[in-house]
Amino acid sequence: MLAKRIIPCLDVCNGRTVKGVNFVNLIDAGNAVELATQYSEKGADELVFLDITATVEKRRTLTFLVQDVAKAIDIPFTVGGGINTLDDVDILLSNGADKISINSICVKNPNIIEEMAREFGSQCVVCALDIKRNNSFDKNGLDGYEIYTHGGRVATGLDAVEFAKDVYNRGAGEILLTSMDSDGTKKGFSLDITSRISNAVSIPVIASGGAGNMEHFKDVFTTGSADAALAASIFHFGEVDIRDLKRYLNNNNISVRL
Amino acid sequence: MVAIIKYNAGNIRSVINALDRLGVESVVTDEPKVIKSADRVIFPGVGEASTAMEYLKKTELISTLKSLKQPFLGICLGMQLICNKSEENNCSCIDLIDTPVLKFDTTFGDKIPHVGWNTITNLKTDLFKDIDEASFTYFVHSYYVAKSEYTIATCNYCGVDYSAAINKDNYYAVQFHPEKSGKVGAKILSNFLKIGAK
Repeated sequence: MLAKRIIPCLDVCNGRTVKGVNFVNLIDAGNAVELATQYSEKGADELVFLDITATVEKRRTLTFLVQDVAKAIDIPFTVGGGINTLDDVDILLSNGADKISINSICVKNPNIIEEMAREFGSQCVVCALDIKRNNSFDKNGLDGYEIYTHGGRVATGLDAVEFAKDVYNRGAGEILLTSMDSDGTKKGFSLDITSRISNAVSIPVIASGGAGNMEHFKDVFTTGSADAALAASIFHFGEVDIRDLKRYLNNNNISVRL
Repeated sequence: MVAIIKYNAGNIRSVINALDRLGVESVVTDEPKVIKSADRVIFPGVGEASTAMEYLKKTELISTLKSLKQPFLGICLGMQLICNKSEENNCSCIDLIDTPVLKFDTTFGDKIPHVGWNTITNLKTDLFKDIDEASFTYFVHSYYVAKSEYTIATCNYCGVDYSAAINKDNYYAVQFHPEKSGKVGAKILSNFLKIGAK
């Protein structure tokens, strides 16, 4: 049976892992390659590296970090941050990344999703959608959410569910859905919108933002219909151990790789 | 020396890294001579079948692959390409193993592509020596190889038991990515490196 995936996210800045609270106040959380190796050994199913400063500073993701990580670990990993062109993708994949995630460029030039899928295959194109509650998008009694870009600083005027369907139709392989309202709060994932988006597309949805305890993961896999769940600080600071988390999920009848 | 076949559909870096971790030297090549003289051959692949076949037809690689006597391992698209034909843009394939590649039933309700860790069962041959039944390996694919007499491991998805691995003579192939499947995957690669060794 297909397992629900647990994905630690490493927000990287100059090779160090950092974690922001609501996208600001960066706290140093350690060496990225060391952390990646530890997570891989503890049973993480996949890793995501986001070069969070990349878009802001117009910098390209650090290739050497990708090389080092690819040599060190034997589970899949995704790299995101400042990826805009087919060349950016080619460099990262040929240095060992399994997937790339794109954010701001999906909105600015959605055709790039089709181009990347055609050139490298849908399986490696992850669209990272940052969403925030906006009641002007409410419809049919359902809470509305808006797509944000540029590290959560720019509102786009796009409806989250509609845009998720659009990226799916253009050939995205997975959606990494970050709820900015929940991110950093440790009060749980945004279940309703995660479930609505997961059911609106036929590609996996990775839920992100708000994990604070093990129950939150159970909730996002059941009520939230997520295929995978991503978290950063609770893993980095040892608040939740991945092995314990997987045993807990298994005891709650959720299929995980033990 | 392990030859990793270079063509237009590789995720070759991770295969090289996995062999490096096992302490095995590899060479990435599309030279028939180098491939034929290698101890073992790995045929990786990620991407679309008909595009890969179009490319391969323009090279000498198909006849080279068919002539091999040493242990051969196809991975993912590399597995599908050695079958007889694929429903992915209805292309004919290399036909080393007489079994078709089919599209998952999109009406079943499971998401497609099949992405993530899934269990492999009914494990046969030395490729799976000391691998526990129902071990998890990492899959990423939208098409699958039907179950047949060549099946040496099965996986279940979209309501169908299909071939997670196949074997005929010296040709082995796996649908999952052993190079990305943690300790289980490393053990399967290590088993492949021992097949036929004296």
